[in-house]
Amino acid sequence: MDTNKKLLKSQSLKDLLGKLTQSGKTVYAPKKVREQVDFQSITSPEELAQDYVQTVQSPKSAVFPRVEELFRFRNGPEGVKLSERDMSALPEIVLFGARPCDAAGLQPLRAIFTWDYQDALFKSRMEKVTIISLACQTSDEYCFCTSVGLGPGDPTGSDILLTKLPNGDYLAEIITDKGKSLTDSMPELFLPAPADAKPAALADVQVKFNHEELSKKLASLFDRTDLWVGQSLRCLGCGACAFVCPACACFDVQDEGTTHDGVRLRCWDSCGCSLFTLHTSGHNPREVQSQRWRQRVMHKFSYMPERLNVFGCVGCGRCSRACPVDMDIKEHLTAVMEVKA
Amino acid sequence: MDDLRKKAKELLETKQVSVVIGYGNGTGDRVRAIFVQTPADTDKLLFDDRCLQNLTVYLSKSEVRKIGKPAVVVTLPGMRTILQLASEKQVMENDVVVLGISPTGTLLDLPNFKAISDYVASSNLDYTDAEMQKLDEILKLSLDERFQFWNEELSRCIKCYACRQACSLCYCSRCTVECNQPQWIAVPSHDLGDFEWHVMRAMHLAGRCINCGDCARACPLDIPINLINQLLAQEIFQDFGLRSGTSPEADYALSTFRPDDKEDFIR
Repeated sequence: MDTNKKLLKSQSLKDLLGKLTQSGKTVYAPKKVREQVDFQSITSPEELAQDYVQTVQSPKSAVFPRVEELFRFRNGPEGVKLSERDMSALPEIVLFGARPCDAAGLQPLRAIFTWDYQDALFKSRMEKVTIISLACQTSDEYCFCTSVGLGPGDPTGSDILLTKLPNGDYLAEIITDKGKSLTDSMPELFLPAPADAKPAALADVQVKFNHEELSKKLASLFDRTDLWVGQSLRCLGCGACAFVCPACACFDVQDEGTTHDGVRLRCWDSCGCSLFTLHTSGHNPREVQSQRWRQRVMHKFSYMPERLNVFGCVGCGRCSRACPVDMDIKEHLTAVMEVKA
Repeated sequence: MDDLRKKAKELLETKQVSVVIGYGNGTGDRVRAIFVQTPADTDKLLFDDRCLQNLTVYLSKSEVRKIGKPAVVVTLPGMRTILQLASEKQVMENDVVVLGISPTGTLLDLPNFKAISDYVASSNLDYTDAEMQKLDEILKLSLDERFQFWNEELSRCIKCYACRQACSLCYCSRCTVECNQPQWIAVPSHDLGDFEWHVMRAMHLAGRCINCGDCARACPLDIPINLINQLLAQEIFQDFGLRSGTSPEADYALSTFRPDDKEDFIR
């Protein structure tokens, strides 16, 4: 019998969420907020949203909050004193109901935050997160996980992956030690899986392009101004795409307080914003939107695979859904593959 | 729609404009802004009730300006934007060809600012019943409840600035939030930073906003920030009798001084 697979009865899902929310851990899960569904901290199983394709935002704020205190500083007669964050005070988080693409999205973040400098805050938060993801049975026209090497049932990044069975029960695949210790702690909920358990059909997400070929192709398209201008004329230069993206890691550092007593903060930022690359001299190496759009595409699909061996996109489609002017990344990447060199 | 395509084609063929900014098909059921630069591509233009984005936002974008003189497809809010931009000396009469579309979908003949002003003057600028209902819901709250309402709404703000970027009247090359010597507004998207941003945005648009609703439509978190602007516009109309985007030479209520002002404090 495969000990890495367990059975979670449909009625036990509530019990699992109940236990998790009672455990003292913070539980982030998809929750209905007005007309939208977004990751929120929930305190009861009833808050879990039903019937949605994707949350508005990715769950990345669990490990990379939109505003994060890095340290406090005090400048007194004895010189500058820094107080570092107390990592032990960071919350234990269970990310419930993440999509497989969300779980996979933490990999590019990890690659960036542990590239050369080892970001202790990010790493501590990652250590304290357990991800229980839910395989996708539905998708929409913005989804393209299968074009970036993932899929609606891909286990990458998940600690436990739940897949619905035709009778409504869930097959729980235990992927990591974290996942194992969680399921081991609730043997009454995670039952032995029947050997013949066959998941219900997963979402049918068509492959639109080959991401390895895309990466190679992009390397020769940097100077194709016509392509980048043509794609981005309607782009407004806001940060919606980057902020809802599970893999976007750019940030801005801000000090608040006074020069004598203050706090240094890390805040989400975006390469799509005109000030992102503005130098103190007044020079801006990416002075127009097409250059910023090119950077967004290149960084995710050319520079990251080249330098970090991971793609900066998991095909969740959030950027396209959130874009006020319908910048559809899947469409634009497909168009890149069709460009004649 | 045929009239629009025909007119766009004629404008491009006769080189009166270099680009027609209009609506075309987008992803799924969506429509999106398209920038038509050849007569052949005018077939891609469409217009129906999904076409809500205020396309005048593109008039100030440098890469669009670089193409050459534009024609822009607008409905009433877009026409009002053109007049407001004109009154703020941001658009001159010959800078742009205005392809106005009536509520019934017919192409209007708007050769100059006067024609646009006349058309706007003949239109109903009052809020719709649905808009009034939303505003009334907020106005009937006590001040504490109202503060609570906005605190809850704005707590979802992630400061992506989609509201600002989508706004045709937020054309400043450097926004106050991005001035850091001194720093007027807190940059981080924490409670104070979000609140300060939205209060500042509302104040800068008070009496200038023409109620296109693009700020709220652009918001990825569905925060109804246009309500703030609508309330301010209503107050300014009540107090000063001025409505934004109705004349290319209008005074701006909040920065105009008159010796015969009815208020004492300013004299």
